[in-house]
Amino acid sequence: MTLQLSALSTLMGFVAGTGVAYLRVSNNRLFSIPAAIYVEFIRNTPLLIQAYFLIFGLASIGVDLPIMAGAVIALTINVSAYTAEIMRAGIESIHKGQIEAAHCLGLSKAQVFFRVVLAPATERVYPSLVSQYVLLMLATSILSAVGIDELFGIAARVQSITFRNFEVFIVLGVLYVALSFVVRGAFNLLGKLVFPRLRRLGTPL
Amino acid sequence: MTSGQLLFLLKGFEGTLVLSVLTFVFGGSLGFVVSLMKVSDRWWVRTVASTYISGLQGLPLLVLMGLAFYGPNIWGITLKPLVAAVLALMFYAAAYFADIWQGCIKSVPKSQWEAAECLGMSRVQRMRLVILPQAVKISLPPTVGFMVQIVKNTSIASLVVGYAELAYNSKILNNSTFQPFLYFGLAALLYFVICYPLSVLSKKMESRLIQR
Repeated sequence: MTLQLSALSTLMGFVAGTGVAYLRVSNNRLFSIPAAIYVEFIRNTPLLIQAYFLIFGLASIGVDLPIMAGAVIALTINVSAYTAEIMRAGIESIHKGQIEAAHCLGLSKAQVFFRVVLAPATERVYPSLVSQYVLLMLATSILSAVGIDELFGIAARVQSITFRNFEVFIVLGVLYVALSFVVRGAFNLLGKLVFPRLRRLGTPL
Repeated sequence: MTSGQLLFLLKGFEGTLVLSVLTFVFGGSLGFVVSLMKVSDRWWVRTVASTYISGLQGLPLLVLMGLAFYGPNIWGITLKPLVAAVLALMFYAAAYFADIWQGCIKSVPKSQWEAAECLGMSRVQRMRLVILPQAVKISLPPTVGFMVQIVKNTSIASLVVGYAELAYNSKILNNSTFQPFLYFGLAALLYFVICYPLSVLSKKMESRLIQR
């Protein structure tokens, strides 16, 4: 459950965050200012409050969402703001000359964005993205507060049956540390798969 | 919303502030010690410090809270919610502070160390008079940035240990009034009021540091 929750929201958060980052660096103020407000507001309020706001809020106006969907949406919104900030740094680090050169080669706008800007930008900020997503995995434990049965939620139930609070928390701690190693390792492997230069040369960009 | 409800929310706001400040003081002190251990010249001290940092960073705060709250129970001590919350947040924040600060200590140019050594200063003197003053300057922006994280993370304190802070109080209000948008919106706004100025401050200090 924990892994499912993190994987879904990582994926969606990455896509949404990249979209927001794209709006954020746009020259049109109509896009960049709302994107900036979104990022700042989400980054400066706790995830717990966001989840409460979204899940209880939607329930109160009669939207009947499965709890899992609500949790994924809350996490996606949260992580997309962080991703947007990281991706913005990556996108801004791409040299202007690269983009001009790509235009001169007659690449279309979409091609320029995806191949010349986005791909190297992602590679450059990949380590920060990975640590952000490991943090996200740990943050899923917060969503037990809204009634998701992930690792932490289940553990809470075990406690109420066995009354062995401390032992349960020790086991939980070990499990989470192991999970964070596994997730980090998986991301490093993925990085080697996705970025051929990293795989062949083993040097950061 | 009645004035009583607003006061209740502000009371939670106060709880959040108290918890954040205490965490910063205690977590900062412990983090400082660990960051010094991380740059020690004895390998086993360094190993202890890095194990602490990487171990604690792999734990969710919620689990830490549980350990801090139920751990002393085994010996029959029941901690007050505030004490347990500060304890958990202290160990948590210390790991991140230590990581930030050891980077700052290491980023002081090596020639400064060598120069201090040539002047015949002892290791303690070198650290205290030459390295730390420079490291502090570098460390200010990320430190303030992490304070934002602390404030946000205090919101979790209510889940396990039941300490009455902003998130907890807003949840109680919502449970009795069923106006989630109003109360959680207000709570979000109150968090924003603390965190946003800190974020801006951190960014400003950073750009000033780069200019110099």
